[in-house]
Amino acid sequence: MSDSIGMPRVRVATTSLAGCFGCHMSLLDMDERLLELAKVVEFDRSPLTDIKHCGPCDIGLIEGGVCNAENVHVLREFRRNCKTLVAVGACAINGGLPAQRNHLDLGDCLQQVYVKRDGIEEGGVPDDPELPLLLDRVHPIHEVVRVDYFIPGCPPSGEAIWKFLTDLIGGRTPRLAHPLLRFD
Amino acid sequence: MQDAERIAAQAVERHRREPSQLLQILIETQDGIGHLPAASLTRIADLLELPRARVEGVAGFYSFLHTEPVGRYRVLFSDNIIDRMLGSRGLMESLCRRLEVAPGEVSAGGEASVDTTSCTGMGDQGPAILVNGLAVTRLDEARIERIASLVRAGTPVAEWPAEYFRIDDNIRRRGALLGEDFVPGAALQAAMARGRQGWLEEMRISGLRGRGGAGFTTAVKWMACRDAPGADKVVVCNADEGEPGTFKDRVLLASQAERIFEGMTLAAWATGARQGLLYLRGEYRYLLKHLRAVLALRRAAGLLGARILGEGGFDFDIDIHLGAGAYVCGEETALLESLEGKRGTPRIRPPFPVTHGYLGRPTVVNNVETLAKTTLIALQGGAAFAATGTPQSTGTKLLSISGDCAYPGVYEYPFGVTIEHVLEDCGAHDPQVVQVGGASGVTIAGHEFHRRIAFEDVPTAGAFMVFDGRRDPFEMARNFVHFFAHESCGFCTPCRVGTALLKGYMDKLASGKGAKMDLADIEWLDRLLKNASHCGLGSSAPNPVIDTLIKFRPAYERRLVSLDFKPAFDLDAALETARRMTGRDDPAAHLDWREEV
Repeated sequence: MSDSIGMPRVRVATTSLAGCFGCHMSLLDMDERLLELAKVVEFDRSPLTDIKHCGPCDIGLIEGGVCNAENVHVLREFRRNCKTLVAVGACAINGGLPAQRNHLDLGDCLQQVYVKRDGIEEGGVPDDPELPLLLDRVHPIHEVVRVDYFIPGCPPSGEAIWKFLTDLIGGRTPRLAHPLLRFD
Repeated sequence: MQDAERIAAQAVERHRREPSQLLQILIETQDGIGHLPAASLTRIADLLELPRARVEGVAGFYSFLHTEPVGRYRVLFSDNIIDRMLGSRGLMESLCRRLEVAPGEVSAGGEASVDTTSCTGMGDQGPAILVNGLAVTRLDEARIERIASLVRAGTPVAEWPAEYFRIDDNIRRRGALLGEDFVPGAALQAAMARGRQGWLEEMRISGLRGRGGAGFTTAVKWMACRDAPGADKVVVCNADEGEPGTFKDRVLLASQAERIFEGMTLAAWATGARQGLLYLRGEYRYLLKHLRAVLALRRAAGLLGARILGEGGFDFDIDIHLGAGAYVCGEETALLESLEGKRGTPRIRPPFPVTHGYLGRPTVVNNVETLAKTTLIALQGGAAFAATGTPQSTGTKLLSISGDCAYPGVYEYPFGVTIEHVLEDCGAHDPQVVQVGGASGVTIAGHEFHRRIAFEDVPTAGAFMVFDGRRDPFEMARNFVHFFAHESCGFCTPCRVGTALLKGYMDKLASGKGAKMDLADIEWLDRLLKNASHCGLGSSAPNPVIDTLIKFRPAYERRLVSLDFKPAFDLDAALETARRMTGRDDPAAHLDWREEV
């Protein structure tokens, strides 16, 4: 649980809310640096560990915006447990692609998808309590909980995530210079 | 549509197909049609040989120009905090109810639209509205009822009772400027007798500083313009008095127009300018006729035109341009853009207007009050002028006093007067807060009432809004933040987005969903606006919030529901549609508004 010089490893949790897992793919995209990262970091709840609930952590990385009630519960769990919470990528920061439905009425959307669509005979909006209810709008995560840092990008590059995490772990205020924020 | 094109073409021809007259052309076209239909914009673009997008861009910039139809009666309520304290909100609801129209919309038959606008400069006699661009003051329920029936009866605005349009000067205290009679031409004669150089020397001795807010030394500005290369110099009078709570320029324009025009002519004598422009804010349009009449008198008296007072080579004349509801145009470079018929986007300085101003020519831009004051210097000399006020702030200052006081109006004081002295004079019984200098100015708390009105202590362009113990400093700041968000020109991201975010935070606090975290975010936004904005609008937009957060912090803190963070919206209500669609009401179909532990 500690590295060679006796420093406790930093505990990190990650999750994807209303996202596409692209930011998680980007996290893996740091290639061999993952081994370096593994020396200083241990993962708590994350799609990488399949741990289902978050325990006390140093850093929480959130991909995706908030589109349903379950997202709210997960996000709150992260906020309660993580000393530092980071919005990763366009959807967490602005709502991103899923937020395109914000221009439409949710009722119309559900009607169109589950009731009126061609080929549906006995349609109906699913009402299974297992399914999380949709919020009427998709929100960026900072509109639901306090967020400490933001890593922009769709997705942010593996290098940007690496730079950010190593800054944070090294005690430096994270700073992404222009080349890491360029997307064209 | 053919009619629209014809009216547009006539306006273009009246302005000799001059692209720099685009804003004036759009205003006149709208006067003829009621709004600016697409066909009229296309026609104007064709005739001026401008890109269609450029014309549409200008039409879309100014809030008094409309590319969609508006009501035949367009009623705009002045929405400054002072009008609100006088009951404007309730009166607006009442008028909307009587006319069966929702705020911001056009009534079913297209007869009326009712909306709000930024301060119309009638704080001493509000609540005020503009009806089809003309100011109506001293509204009360009886007057609203009567206006509603005039609108329903279709009575043309020109036939409404003249009393509605009465605008008082309310001059309560007279000093050197307001206290003395003025003989048109006398100041000019005195200055011409000194010669151009001698006149500038008197200006230098006077120490006169700009009365529009920034306080730049007028003589330095004039000399820089005189010495700038280029023969076609210009004198511009900034009468775009848009700072909420300010109305002293309105009173000067109404009662001292001779002095203002003579001041412009004195500036021309000093700089060698041949062209003068007065930029009149759209809200003061009712003064246009009067001002033009004064110009005609001055031309007839040989005080304008060729060979002024018989002096060979002294040719100068003045035109009046109308604004169309854009606060940012009070900033001098935005004003120059607007004069050139463009969107009022501030320019990057340097170069300064004194070398590259109107159409790239050396230009002096002075405030109305500054120009009026120059006539005193011409008549009495610079030393006599500098004998009043303080060493760094010479002469007198006009204050526009409104709010919780017995005698709102215009007061002229020597610079250096204390705020408590002013409060006593205007009959403020329980003053708790004074906002000096308008929305972008300084919030003064009770323990600072000993401070002085002067550039070196509390500077001001003239607004002096008084708030007593019944008022909430937070609501004052929130009103100003809404104002800046509305008036941001949209050119730079820090201001366009920053003012909108700041408004969102203030509204969140107002709705009782604030948390300690929001105060930290507000302070971060304040710094961002201050440091990253393109012009003074953005950098002064957070001033009322910065000041009230320091001086009236409990007004914010008592609105907080949490020490951490709360969403601005109701999470459980956001699930309502989905609950209805699924017919669910189980525990998982709800979210506690508070964070679960």
